Amino acid sequence: GGGGSAAGHGGPPAPERVLFPPTFSVSEIKNKQRRHFMFLRWKQQQRKEKLAAKKKRRKEREALGDKAPPKAIPKTIENQRIYDETTVDPNDEEVAFDEATDEFAPYFNRQTVPKILITTSDRPRGRTVRFCEQLSTVIPNSHVYYRRGLALKRIIPQCIARDFTDLIVVNEDRKIPNGMLVCHLPDGPTAHFRMSSVRLRKEIKRKGKEPTEHIPEVILNNFTTRLGHSIGRMFASLFPHDPQFIGRQVATFHNQRDYIFFRFHRYIFKSEKKVGIQELGPRFTLKLRSLQKGTFDSKFGEYEWIHKRREMDTSRRKFHL
Amino acid sequence: SPQVVWDTLGNRQFCSYKITTKTQNFCRNEYNLTGLCNRSSCPLANSQYATIREEKGRCYLYMKTIERAAFPRRLWERVLLNKNYEKALEQIDENLIYWPRFIRHKCKQRFTKITQYLIRIRKLTLKRQRKLVPLRRKIERRENRREEKALIAAQLENAIEKELLERLKQDTYGDIYNFPIHAFDKALQQQDAESESESDAEKEEDDDEDEDTDKREFVEADDSDLSDFEDMDKLETSSEEEQEEEVEKKASRSKSKGKTPLKGPTRRKRPYIEIEYEEETEPTAKTTAA
Repeated sequence: GGGGSAAGHGGPPAPERVLFPPTFSVSEIKNKQRRHFMFLRWKQQQRKEKLAAKKKRRKEREALGDKAPPKAIPKTIENQRIYDETTVDPNDEEVAFDEATDEFAPYFNRQTVPKILITTSDRPRGRTVRFCEQLSTVIPNSHVYYRRGLALKRIIPQCIARDFTDLIVVNEDRKIPNGMLVCHLPDGPTAHFRMSSVRLRKEIKRKGKEPTEHIPEVILNNFTTRLGHSIGRMFASLFPHDPQFIGRQVATFHNQRDYIFFRFHRYIFKSEKKVGIQELGPRFTLKLRSLQKGTFDSKFGEYEWIHKRREMDTSRRKFHL
Repeated sequence: SPQVVWDTLGNRQFCSYKITTKTQNFCRNEYNLTGLCNRSSCPLANSQYATIREEKGRCYLYMKTIERAAFPRRLWERVLLNKNYEKALEQIDENLIYWPRFIRHKCKQRFTKITQYLIRIRKLTLKRQRKLVPLRRKIERRENRREEKALIAAQLENAIEKELLERLKQDTYGDIYNFPIHAFDKALQQQDAESESESDAEKEEDDDEDEDTDKREFVEADDSDLSDFEDMDKLETSSEEEQEEEVEKKASRSKSKGKTPLKGPTRRKRPYIEIEYEEETEPTAKTTAA
């Protein structure tokens, strides 16, 4: 075994600087079983030390009482997020002006009532079909139409002619929906999302009954940057303006680290400080891939934002929405 | 000589271009006219042969004659055919004049087939095309992992509940939900701030309301009718009696009336004032309603 004392060196023992022969580290043992054993022992020791340190710190804190320094805030990715210069300040006039004149202005001025067309890519399979149906129960005033090989470029003028305000295309791959295209119609922006973890109603545990026909409320969380703002407004424009509170339904688009989680709940206020929510309706997560200025046009469109993996995925703390 | 070649390659020995299946023999040679392995369609076993081949959308007629059999580099002579279908057919005819009928016929057939599929290609490219984008495994895995972590960090239920409560506070729901506490609380907090160290009826009232505010949470878990609201009004005015009663009741634990089944954390720990009994404000007539 190693780690012996500095015995046998002869001469006067020097208590300040004791010479140890180099100890072996756990990773140098060749035998896997023994190495594993030593590693576990080392780990246990680390844990003990950590626990002891924690206890000591807590005791110190209690001993100091009020004078104790405030608890350290743990670093989270949200704390450490790289500041995005396009973050929207709520009082920003320029942003407010932009929003008053962009494509969603007619919706927010209540001039238009949203009417949604939901469709899929060619030859949808069962899951996608059911997902589209459930999505249409969640979004009021929406219709599902099957696509039979029609080109999007031809569908869009027809939709405009029939007064639709939004077009949602659910893209399917290997029998599961994996992409979503939201297109605001009278030449509005087109957003292309990657959709993941889609759960249909029957797969959600402890779900409630069917969503009713009442217009749900909309919650948009964490859309801070300009880009996030426009996406948030796009989602808001899918739902009619005046939610019917009798229905007690709420659709949530929550943005966290560039992933947008969609949930549909029914809430009930048990008291003034307590609310219970029950999930009904499908759930899915979206990740924005590209935002295009006009309606869908993959070749000649003007892209406002594309996700470029090489440039944008380099830092773990940089988010764009 | 071609006959020998056919005897060797075609019938008996190995030909590397030959593919045999159960019913047919195919020839993989790119100069083959029909694609089958026959005595008449083998380009190796025929010294006079012709084919049609297309490159980048243009069709060429390839011809091979005996005279050039010794010069492999110059063996195949090629002629660019006209884009016009009929004119190209005439070209084939005039180039393959005096050639065996079989080769001429098959050349024209092949040419027809090729032009047809070229037309189809041109039509299809105009229609929308499905673009296949390969998934990158590492990136997929990375994104899934990040999504899970983002989900955990998001704490969706808490966020939604918080938002809903915020909206309730800011009165977006208007008068639908009768939680009268809200306005009360504010007023009461003001009162509390003002009269903290007095021992008047005011103080008792405040105390009452302090306790009430604690208790009211429990009360509200019941159906919060307007009747409760009115009774609570009266409750405040008649302060001393309630004070006494509360003191009495503190000792005993009375359960809830059982209107609505309460869950664990909201179960009453202290006896609560059964408001419906305390309608009269006469001090003597009061009985402790347990």
